[in-house]
Amino acid sequence: MSYLFTTPDEQVQMLQRIGVTSLKVLLDQIPEDLQLDRPLNMPPALTELELERHMRGLAARNAGASSRICFMGGGAYNHYIPSVVDELASRGEFYTAYTPYQAEASQGTLQAFFEFQSLISELSGLDVANASLYDGGSGVAEAVLMAGRCTGRTGRVVIAGSTNPEYIQTLKSYFANKSTEVIVVPTPQGTVNLEKLEAAVNDQTACVLVQQPNFFGCLEEVAAIGEIAHRHSALLVQSFDPLSVGLLKRPGDLGADIAVAEGQSLGIPLQFGGPFLGILACRQQFVRKMPGRLIGQTVDRNGERCFFLNLQAREQHIRREGATSNICTNQGLMALRATIYLSLLGPAGLKEVAELSCRKAHYAADRLTQIEGCERMFAGPFFKEFVLKYAHGADTAVRKAAAAGIDIGPTLSRLPELSWLPEDERDQCLIVAVTESRTREEIDQLVAALA
Amino acid sequence: MRNRQATRLLSELSRAGRRGAEFPASDVPEWPLEDLLPASALADASPHLPELAEPDVVRHFVNLSTLNMSVDTHFYPLGSCTMKYNPKRHERLAGLPGIVDVHPHQTAGNIQGLLELLAEKQQMLAEISGLPAVSLQPAAGAHGELTALYVAAAYFRDKGESRKKVIFPASAHGTNPASAAMAGFECVELKGTEGGFVDLEELRRHVDNQTAVFMVTNPNTLGLFEKDIAAIAEIVHAAGGLVYIDGANMNAIMGITRPGDFGGDMMHYNVHKTFTGPHGAGGPGSGPICVRDFLADFLPGPVVRQRPGDDRRFELATPAKSIGRVRSFFGNVGILIRGYCYLRTLGAAGVRSAAEQAILNANYLKSLLADVLPSAHGEYCLHEFVASAEGLAKERGINAMDIAKRLLDYGFHPPTVYFPLVVPHAMMFEPTETESKATLDAFSDAIHKIVAEDAELLHTAPHNLPVSRPEEVNATRKPVLTWACCKD
Repeated sequence: MSYLFTTPDEQVQMLQRIGVTSLKVLLDQIPEDLQLDRPLNMPPALTELELERHMRGLAARNAGASSRICFMGGGAYNHYIPSVVDELASRGEFYTAYTPYQAEASQGTLQAFFEFQSLISELSGLDVANASLYDGGSGVAEAVLMAGRCTGRTGRVVIAGSTNPEYIQTLKSYFANKSTEVIVVPTPQGTVNLEKLEAAVNDQTACVLVQQPNFFGCLEEVAAIGEIAHRHSALLVQSFDPLSVGLLKRPGDLGADIAVAEGQSLGIPLQFGGPFLGILACRQQFVRKMPGRLIGQTVDRNGERCFFLNLQAREQHIRREGATSNICTNQGLMALRATIYLSLLGPAGLKEVAELSCRKAHYAADRLTQIEGCERMFAGPFFKEFVLKYAHGADTAVRKAAAAGIDIGPTLSRLPELSWLPEDERDQCLIVAVTESRTREEIDQLVAALA
Repeated sequence: MRNRQATRLLSELSRAGRRGAEFPASDVPEWPLEDLLPASALADASPHLPELAEPDVVRHFVNLSTLNMSVDTHFYPLGSCTMKYNPKRHERLAGLPGIVDVHPHQTAGNIQGLLELLAEKQQMLAEISGLPAVSLQPAAGAHGELTALYVAAAYFRDKGESRKKVIFPASAHGTNPASAAMAGFECVELKGTEGGFVDLEELRRHVDNQTAVFMVTNPNTLGLFEKDIAAIAEIVHAAGGLVYIDGANMNAIMGITRPGDFGGDMMHYNVHKTFTGPHGAGGPGSGPICVRDFLADFLPGPVVRQRPGDDRRFELATPAKSIGRVRSFFGNVGILIRGYCYLRTLGAAGVRSAAEQAILNANYLKSLLADVLPSAHGEYCLHEFVASAEGLAKERGINAMDIAKRLLDYGFHPPTVYFPLVVPHAMMFEPTETESKATLDAFSDAIHKIVAEDAELLHTAPHNLPVSRPEEVNATRKPVLTWACCKD
């Protein structure tokens, strides 16, 4: 089935109007020797009923979070998604619309994204946010590139080793064909050593990137790191967890010039890693250096408030090779989900989610570390996840938990960019994350599985 | 019926003390937060978010949605964007438990069904492109371009060459030069022929041993097949360069001709366009890339493959000389799954007939509009065509934007206007295959009525939409980008 309308009669009428005898004539513009002389080799077409049966069969062979107990973290989390988010985001008027270039026919999308920008500005404590990037990893790369544009420095960027290793790997790919030095400062204690960090920053450094809470769940001394960056006239770029600010200080409060985040926690399902949501916010003075779309408020000819795509002169369709980024398609529908999610939560709900996640994670850490051979790899304060060191090996921990219907991880040995951790220790380490969705009973089950 | 009360800003609808979500009371010991977290890290207060009840939120967003045009509600012939029907079954199937709720760090042994699906998806994309090695990682078409250019850079580095130039025709999408610049290359733009094609002489003049990649959209942004594509590839290959096919227009050629067969070394798909993603009001997309075997080792990881020696088991692996990754996690899997469902629904014959019908619809619409909006290029087009409003502009003072805006009043989404840049007063129509003759006829009638209307009526259009044209000049000078700015 191809979702086609045209009847054979109509096809004849259309061909006559065009003035050709057959469809083949229209294809003659493709040189014959380049045309495929066989059908594509693809599996047979399925009706909806058959496709659903097939898909249910495939789905049944995957361990989804809703049929298991999910303590997995490392950049994606099993936070609860209220039904209103799915219901509203599944309206065809939203999800089958295009980028809102025609403002008059896109006010729904434009206003929702303006609201998204406003909410992200509140969460980040910074003046402006864009209408989304792809995800946390490419968002970090874009933020660091942006810092180069803001400072006019392309010599070096300094990255805290406690940043999500996939973000660091992404950043390195983005810089591989450039002359900029990417210095990753190892964090063997789990958090940044301020002296080592400062030693890496020079007068050609565009920015220091730090993640708060960091990849290991630990809290960094962000304000002090910001002072180091600013002392060298570099920017502070902070990657943050947008739910954490229900409890923790916001990037803008800590001195960040650019904040970037993975927004998956804001009402977006896990779906094996995407689509997620890249969040980017910054201080007002850098707004014209930002990548991605920006929705602006204005008035129409009748003086009515309306919204449109503002500052498009930064973008690829206008500026081409001079654009601030190549991004075109963004994560609009995910930004809409985050907007709906945040408007449901409000300040009280945000605080509750942050507090519940934090308290439950601390209960889990407390109970787990009472097991012999179980300790937290890094001792400092943490938010909703932590690195568990399991003497019998991280893989054993994952196996034991899985046998009890529980998922934990990732194990650190699976991840790139952590070679500064001694191998034998790395093999014992894994991440345990706890959200508001988990109960005390489930935490106790995890403890029992690993004991 | 418009409800203006409900579409006020969330910040204006907010009332202190309202709640839209509640969570269970804590069931773990209530240790003081000050004992868990350092005082220096704790916020003084929760961020200043609006406070709304659940029905407030529902009514707000439902009413906002009615201010949009969309494929579900309107004909949307936006050139270069492939606004085809988005099948509803995809939404249900991508939302199945076991698919929508799989954690990205889940181990391969626990997601064999998903990996089998993604492996099959890789195979189908390889078959349709004629390019055997696939990465599903890029999040959108432009991200696919960027990824492929990183792959190209790594390939040349590996060969000990440092090629600096990326060349593209003037009719290229803006993403091509933007991606090239972002990937650290110098951009060279080629003038095309009068017929709208790549000029082989121009190409020969610019291609040399510094040329890394020639990027070309085929069919091009005029909706024409680059008839000399084989010769183009030969010129680029003879200089040791790579040919990149921007797959934005794959809807015209899937099942008919393949980038790998006409000389491409690398390409991206736009799953949200060609394989009906959907567009999501601007995203998310998915931009998988396909490359020749000799580039496979450089692809970002992980890719899905059959476990060696066990063809019923699948695993995730990172290619030997991988560029690393271009984002976190595997890719925009939710969109890839919708594209998978689409291809499994159509099958080989369905894929080809979708392309053929897209070509038929575009040529039919072109013939209907030829008397008022002629196309300078090509007797026939493929899936889209670029008409010019230059004549109307000269004779009646009506420009492309006027026609576009007036179309909104008639209940049609306008075509893409003023792109490609090589056509004056360009109007780029892409009806797609999922529109009926009756719709195309009605659209043509509307255009014919519009071009006969009073010019002043058009200059001030639209007249029947929720808002009229936005004031942009002052708004650009002093941008208001959040509701906090509104209060100042």
